[in-house]
Amino acid sequence: MTLVTGTAFHVPAPGRRPGDTPDFSKIEVPRAGETRKPAVDAPAGEVTDLAYGLVRVLDHNHQAVGPWDPQLSDQELINGLKTMVLTREFDDRMLKMQRTKRLSFYMKSLGEEAVAVAAAAALNDDDMLFPSYRQQGALIARGKDLGEMMCHCISNARDNLKGRQLPIHYASAEHNWFSVSGNLCTQFPQAVGWALASSYKRSNRIASSWIGEGSSAEGDFHAAMTLASVYKAPVVLNLVNNQWAISMFQGLSGGESATFAAKAIGYGVPGLRVDGNDFLAVYAATRWAADRARRKIGPTLLEIYTYRGEAHSTSDDPSRYRPKDEWRSWPLGDPIERLKNHLIGHGAWSADEHETWRAQCEERVATTWKESIGHGTLEEGPHAPTHTMFEDVYAEQPWHLRRQRQDLGV
Amino acid sequence: MPAMTMVQSLNAAIDEALAGNDKVVAFGEDVGYFGGVFGVTRGLQEKYGLDRVFDAPINEAAIVAMGMGMAVNGLRPIAEIQFADYIFPGFDQVVSELSRIRYRSAGQYTAPLVIRTPCGGGIYGGQTHSMSPEAFFTHIPGVKVAMPSNPYDAKGMLLAAVEDDDPVIFFEPKRLYNGPFDGDPHKPATSWARHPRGEVPEGAYTVPLGVGEIVRPGSEVTVVAYGTMVHVANYAAEKTGVDAEVIDLRTLVPWDVDMVTASVKKTGRCVVLHEAPRTSGFGAELAAQIQEDCFYSLEAPVLRVTGWDTPYPHAHEWSYFPGPDRVGRALKQVMEG
Repeated sequence: MTLVTGTAFHVPAPGRRPGDTPDFSKIEVPRAGETRKPAVDAPAGEVTDLAYGLVRVLDHNHQAVGPWDPQLSDQELINGLKTMVLTREFDDRMLKMQRTKRLSFYMKSLGEEAVAVAAAAALNDDDMLFPSYRQQGALIARGKDLGEMMCHCISNARDNLKGRQLPIHYASAEHNWFSVSGNLCTQFPQAVGWALASSYKRSNRIASSWIGEGSSAEGDFHAAMTLASVYKAPVVLNLVNNQWAISMFQGLSGGESATFAAKAIGYGVPGLRVDGNDFLAVYAATRWAADRARRKIGPTLLEIYTYRGEAHSTSDDPSRYRPKDEWRSWPLGDPIERLKNHLIGHGAWSADEHETWRAQCEERVATTWKESIGHGTLEEGPHAPTHTMFEDVYAEQPWHLRRQRQDLGV
Repeated sequence: MPAMTMVQSLNAAIDEALAGNDKVVAFGEDVGYFGGVFGVTRGLQEKYGLDRVFDAPINEAAIVAMGMGMAVNGLRPIAEIQFADYIFPGFDQVVSELSRIRYRSAGQYTAPLVIRTPCGGGIYGGQTHSMSPEAFFTHIPGVKVAMPSNPYDAKGMLLAAVEDDDPVIFFEPKRLYNGPFDGDPHKPATSWARHPRGEVPEGAYTVPLGVGEIVRPGSEVTVVAYGTMVHVANYAAEKTGVDAEVIDLRTLVPWDVDMVTASVKKTGRCVVLHEAPRTSGFGAELAAQIQEDCFYSLEAPVLRVTGWDTPYPHAHEWSYFPGPDRVGRALKQVMEG
């Protein structure tokens, strides 16, 4: 055997590692407004350029420009901004509580607030969401009680999931929010099935789902795309490219060779790249895709281009694999700052109002936290009664579970 | 009552389910226009339309996940996995998703999906068309597992599975599709028309899940079997003259522990059978539970007769298959114990 000198095969590596200066100069950022907006019923084969474009509305002066401007009212934008700020404050509080061991685990959505909040705004409230674990902003946007979210995260007696799930793995039928799995990409083909049942029932409701660019490598991504394409399912499939899958940069998931949106081309499904830190762009692209779904034209894959501002989870330490504060250099900025500056720019919002709202959110989550731990904590309880761990395995408890419950003496 | 093959009675069950509930849909590879490679869904697309009986792409993960999503949205889907050997691309969707959705959402979401799949050997199917993978599924909290052994039960159990509010993995022993089989490949094939359980009533009826059946009353040894092995057990008892009580378990999860333990306490002896490999097979679970519940009534160790711990061979199929001779030897051995 002849020994190969150097690396025998290509193993993608990010350009910058800890200690390096962040460098995103290789990322091409088209000007806002540059990417065209096709008709909602455009055939997939005629929109393949959008898989290499980038839907952007807010320009460098924070003005809304171009064909994708959704023309939202100031109030709608302020609502979106407020929800993003609330989400960030919620995340901050939960992280602090995890650091003091009040939560076993947490995952922030720093920098990705628009991904979830703008999508929730663009969809109908009765559309079904099949989220992954970083779309808590959409649940907050749908009005989920923050105290209930906290009670879930600390698995206390008021946890609507009876202490069965890790924090953030919410399920809320009342909010048309599916159960977050934790296994990657499994919800993508389920969303397609749900959407097909909606069509079958002649319902106007559509489904939407989110995965990360990392989990697009899973077979279930292919399953979902094949199903969605074959049956023209009324579904909006979001692939959130936040650049990092724990420690692996997006090149390990195929991002060096093509855009993630381009994966849609082979399925005959429109694939759009969208500036995920631009609330207006995420809103507009989601609305375009939702209209296609609702009009039974077919599914859409949206690559939501963003950056994971925080660690993957509280069990992760990004300082071991990427430059410190890389997020600060992200060329698409911070979704909250961009929408804030846009609103301030045309006189609908002010820095003072923003800080007042932020402080109110901070206080609200602190107060809600105190109320929530009044219903029990992870360490000390009370939790759901122990016998409930044997319930809901089946509709009715079979003999073997009854015996096991008796064995445990509960 | 008309005589039916198991294929026909399963077809009749799906027909009844589709006719009786517009929430029922059926799909799988080759299931639609063609009616399935074994013909179980033949004629149903023509009768009920393209959106009720349809073909699915060759992706078992997609089939399970689609069925789960549909079930969560209120439908009662019946998915077919063409061979049980092919189910594993969809295994994660069963293990991590389908089985747990009721639990992890604390009852907010449920997925009453039925997954039908032909299993078992005796058809020269080789290693990829002969598996009996039921034990992989009995190990998953949250799914029910059933395997009928005759046309009457097949129809009634499938209709019970469709009505059930939990997901059901429904194994169909394909060697029994077109006739009973007692494990002797050299005898001429027999027809369900000559078997009492080949008589299948018209219309809807259910055979409840979780309930076994004593198909051969006896006093000397209890034989616990399911699927094809029920017929092998009967034949072995007949050949050896051992007065065996043969129980057709019919449902593996939850299995009829009361029926089995009552019988073993009566006979004092027990042999459990399955076609699947021995190690960690469902027979191990049965034997363990039986000795826990019946230890002081047992006159002999509980024996297992199973497939070997090898892949299912092609040329040596009949050396692998736990046929009447091996079962008969176990019956004699347990009687000497």
